[in-house]
Amino acid sequence: MSPRVDTPAARSAPSARIRRFSRAERWVHRSTAVLMGVCVVTAACLYIPQLAELVGRRALVVTLHEWSGLLLPLPVLAGLASRAFRVDLTHLNRWGPHDRVWLRSAVRRLPGRRPAAKFNAGQKLYAAWITGATLVMLGTGLMMWFTHLTPLMWRTSATFVHDWLALTIGIVLAGHIGMALGDPEARKGLRTGSVSREWAEREHPLWRP
Amino acid sequence: MGRRVVLGTLGLGALGLAAAPALQSGLESFLGGAAGKDPTGLTGLLPNGGGFRYYSVTSSVPRKDESNYRLTIDGLVDRPASYTLDELRALPQTRMVRDVQCVTGWRVPDTPFEGVRLSRLLDAAGVRPSAGAIRFTCFDGAYTESLTLDQARRADVLVALRMQDKDLSHSHGGPVRLYVAPMYFYKSAKWLSGITVMEKVRPGYWEERGYDVDAWVGRSNGRDDEPTS
Repeated sequence: MSPRVDTPAARSAPSARIRRFSRAERWVHRSTAVLMGVCVVTAACLYIPQLAELVGRRALVVTLHEWSGLLLPLPVLAGLASRAFRVDLTHLNRWGPHDRVWLRSAVRRLPGRRPAAKFNAGQKLYAAWITGATLVMLGTGLMMWFTHLTPLMWRTSATFVHDWLALTIGIVLAGHIGMALGDPEARKGLRTGSVSREWAEREHPLWRP
Repeated sequence: MGRRVVLGTLGLGALGLAAAPALQSGLESFLGGAAGKDPTGLTGLLPNGGGFRYYSVTSSVPRKDESNYRLTIDGLVDRPASYTLDELRALPQTRMVRDVQCVTGWRVPDTPFEGVRLSRLLDAAGVRPSAGAIRFTCFDGAYTESLTLDQARRADVLVALRMQDKDLSHSHGGPVRLYVAPMYFYKSAKWLSGITVMEKVRPGYWEERGYDVDAWVGRSNGRDDEPTS
């Protein structure tokens, strides 16, 4: 009888690590996170009076905010050159019946395992929403930046959408970071590229790496 | 599925753009009312929450008071002058109540400003016939503004010492700021320290960065706000 890899002994072995993210994917996440971080911090310095008063240097902060925002989609676009990244995008795009189950039990905070493949329903929704939201921020941001390109009505409206969506993104992003802080193994996956088999089977039971 | 969410978010963004004018005025009146009853002040941090926003172009601004504040008037004048805060306070004061409109969109209704008419200071200094413009400098060390001589002589242009019936605080540009009632608020330079009479207009700080030099509210910077004065 040949030993099978998913015997209980192999499962609990510390060396049994599963590859989750390629180097390219980790860099896409890292550089997107840095750019998003600069966007959020500079936005806070422009918007919150106490921070604006503390930091000042409005022209510099505006320039940093504009350029980090403009560059924000670049890591994902560059990532399209990586096969692993493209495969993960199709995973994120595909919605199965188990995703509905996952979402329902997450919303109702039911205890126990929730069915998920490589990405759970929450991660899929987050990825899609933050993509759309980033593009809306980019569009409205460009309207505010190049003020002579669009009709004047659009510009005030763009400011309105940009401000309120920024607040929403801030809250959702805090949730994203909060959940990462609560799951060291998930963070390890993005830092080192691999996760423990035990974690993968608990959090992503339908994932077949 | 993911694609549908992305497109849906984009669609919502476009819908937000279309509905913004109606939503914005509704929210401004609602949040403006709520801010008055909110002891935490958190509503003031929301978009369209009402009130003033603090903008400074430098890292820090020195504080000036009665002991060290000076306003100088020079350039094409017969009698260059330097005023202390007390000397400015001793001159006849004009009080005006108008809306304040920022070029970024926020508007604060019915804000009282009080100070010395700029035209009075110019007359006292004796503007020479060759003069055509004013350059304003500020003790933050960076901000500058400009007006044509005709604009500067308008009755609704003040060297303001008080705002909202209080002495101007540091964060509102105190102890002395410019107040150009009919123009977007970037013309109302904070921390005013110098008035130089010149031949021609030299664009100010934000004007070198793309804003209009003649910043009439509702007739410049591509905006159509209701005029303030």
